[in-house]
Amino acid sequence: MAQISTPAQERSLWDRFIIGLRNIAPIYIVLILLLIGIGTQNPTFLEPAGFLNLLRRAAPLMVLTAGQLFVIVTGGFDLSGGSLMSLTVIGASLLINNDPANTWWAILVLFGIGILVGLLNGVIVSYLNVPSLIATLGMLLALRGAGLYWTGGAPRGYLTDNFRMFGRGWLEPFPVIERFPYAVLVLIVVSAAAIYLFNQTNLGRQLLAVGDNPRASRLAGISVEKLRIIAFVLSAITAVIAGILQGGFGGVNPDAGEGYELQAISAAVLGGAVLLGGRGSMGAAIAGALALEALFTLLNLLGLPKPLRDAVQGLIIIGAVAYAAYRSRRTR
Amino acid sequence: MFFKNVKRPWFLIFALVILVLGLVACGGGAATTTEEPAAEEPAAQEAAPTQEEPMAEEPAAEQPVAAGLESDAAQVKSEFFSQEQYDRSMRQMTMTPEGPADQPWIQMLDNPEMVDTSQYAKEGPYTFCFSNAGVNNPWRVVGWTTMQAEADLHPEIAELIHVDAEGSDEKQIADIADLVASGNCDVLIVSPNTTAALTPAIEQACEQLPVVVFDRGVFTDCPVSFVQPIGGYAFGEAGARYIIDNCSEDCNVLALRILPGVDVLEERWAAAKLAFEDAPGINVIGVEFGDGDNAKVKSIVTDYLDRFGRIDAVWMDAGATAVAALEAFEDAGQPYPIIVGEDQQDFLVKWQENNLSGIAPTFPTFQWRTPIIAALHIMNGEEVPAVWRLPQPVITNENLDQYVQPNMPPLHYAMCGCENMPDFPERWGGTQ
Repeated sequence: MAQISTPAQERSLWDRFIIGLRNIAPIYIVLILLLIGIGTQNPTFLEPAGFLNLLRRAAPLMVLTAGQLFVIVTGGFDLSGGSLMSLTVIGASLLINNDPANTWWAILVLFGIGILVGLLNGVIVSYLNVPSLIATLGMLLALRGAGLYWTGGAPRGYLTDNFRMFGRGWLEPFPVIERFPYAVLVLIVVSAAAIYLFNQTNLGRQLLAVGDNPRASRLAGISVEKLRIIAFVLSAITAVIAGILQGGFGGVNPDAGEGYELQAISAAVLGGAVLLGGRGSMGAAIAGALALEALFTLLNLLGLPKPLRDAVQGLIIIGAVAYAAYRSRRTR
Repeated sequence: MFFKNVKRPWFLIFALVILVLGLVACGGGAATTTEEPAAEEPAAQEAAPTQEEPMAEEPAAEQPVAAGLESDAAQVKSEFFSQEQYDRSMRQMTMTPEGPADQPWIQMLDNPEMVDTSQYAKEGPYTFCFSNAGVNNPWRVVGWTTMQAEADLHPEIAELIHVDAEGSDEKQIADIADLVASGNCDVLIVSPNTTAALTPAIEQACEQLPVVVFDRGVFTDCPVSFVQPIGGYAFGEAGARYIIDNCSEDCNVLALRILPGVDVLEERWAAAKLAFEDAPGINVIGVEFGDGDNAKVKSIVTDYLDRFGRIDAVWMDAGATAVAALEAFEDAGQPYPIIVGEDQQDFLVKWQENNLSGIAPTFPTFQWRTPIIAALHIMNGEEVPAVWRLPQPVITNENLDQYVQPNMPPLHYAMCGCENMPDFPERWGGTQ
């Protein structure tokens, strides 16, 4: 720490560069390297239109990760996010029933379902003392079953264009780059809101405190139960948003969110979140989601077969957690 | 925040970076090493080393290198290819089936050998038992609904007991044993989950009661009747042939598959690959697995459009994601390709609306009616074909209009043969 106590004007340029680097979460550097890797394979991705396309594709995962992080920092998991995404897509196709006029209230109903699911998750974890892994795994199965039961196995309607606009449409005309995807707009709004909630409000600080030491938080007068419920509700809301984006991008698909819950957890971990709670950064987690999507794209561009892609993803997650553990051991 | 006071040695940051790069590098290395043995496979199994594929030509300097037919995803394992069955399928596609043209589910192809079933003749009412591989995709949902409607047409069928194996071999083996042991079944209908695993279970059931197998096959001829449309080779070949016939010189083709290792899907691709290999001017720029996931397929197609600038035709081994593939062209502002889909309504509607140049080979869902009819013949002691080969219609630009049904759900399969059944269309999720 000797360098840090040196007055800034006395530091060499190199020292300042190193200090600056240290204050950047490693995921951002990984992300930049991945983007450079993609750029070498296919430069179109680094042009504005190509990059926006990458962001548009990554938007559902990035939004879901933002919600997941609220739960993770409290020391929990939300495994129900992916199946809530699927239920959102299936539900939208049923509620809208091919009539564009139904879109707006259908979206409200879907958010209602999401909030209900989040409340249920939170109450089960907080008051019934069911571990979140089990509670949300149960919710995952329940939502998947509900979706199947609701539709009888296959979706009954199309998604109307005004519903799909959020995931598929563009803001046109747009200065300089002609068109700007709505999905990226949604992503920016959600990210900004999540970062604000996490970093600038008491809620964010209290969520971290709950994850770090629930007992101490309770003694300090924080309502641990209430905060956990809020975290699950926030996570469920982002799952609904992610479902709307994903359904918009890809259309009706009963498995739209399959596997997304684990990807979101991976992304949060890549962004430096500690799985047992108490530590995490919102910006880095969202960047982690983009890095994960960039990694998939890069592996795709390199032409790797899917099993190898899965294996690489697994190794990277283990590596990231091992690194985080190593770092926290050193700082103690 | 937390990170303010954390001492963070900068070399660790780069350790993670190196880890990521190392993994990517390892992955790249592994992919190149697996490619070599894979590339030898087709030569070994097809015993045709003289066929140099067009892809082997030097790609132009600025053109991205296309793995195409040389890629891992393009290879067909020998266990999934039978020249005899391929030839049989090609022959049957040209035949005219026997039976009423407006009821393809009771038509038969290839002059089948008829089996005497008088030993099974029985007075009604009957209990039919059905061991189903799963109701886990929209094709099977439409099929199962159609089968129930068929059973409802016959008052002498008192009950249709349905056991869903949920896509698990183990569960289906147990299901079949339970159904046989219950002693309630007059006849057993099986749609096997996988071919080899279910064979012993079906052999055991054959000893107790008459069995009808349909949809996917088994390695035994003990079932009284085996009901199946012409099959995967004909499906794959029809789409590939349409592309070859309609795409001009220097045609960029992207082939999209669901997943490897499923016999019916492997057969579709094997036939298409054979056709593409022989065709001049066909440039297969990629063979990719999309997992049947719309978002994934759309991303894959978008990436290929970026890399190659132009895709002239898209071949698919199943049509569920055809609309997503087309949307990738719309979003990129590119003209629609020649497209191979299936008889799913969302695709047919899009095809008609946009006047696409397309084709839809089908694995018809009307085949779910036939096993009930075969089982009734057996109960009546009437002759049934040992192999009931059903026709496999292909939807083309010319007959498209008769299959488009905007009142049906997007994932409804048009070839259900269910339009004149009671409670159509509501029972299938449609509206009047």
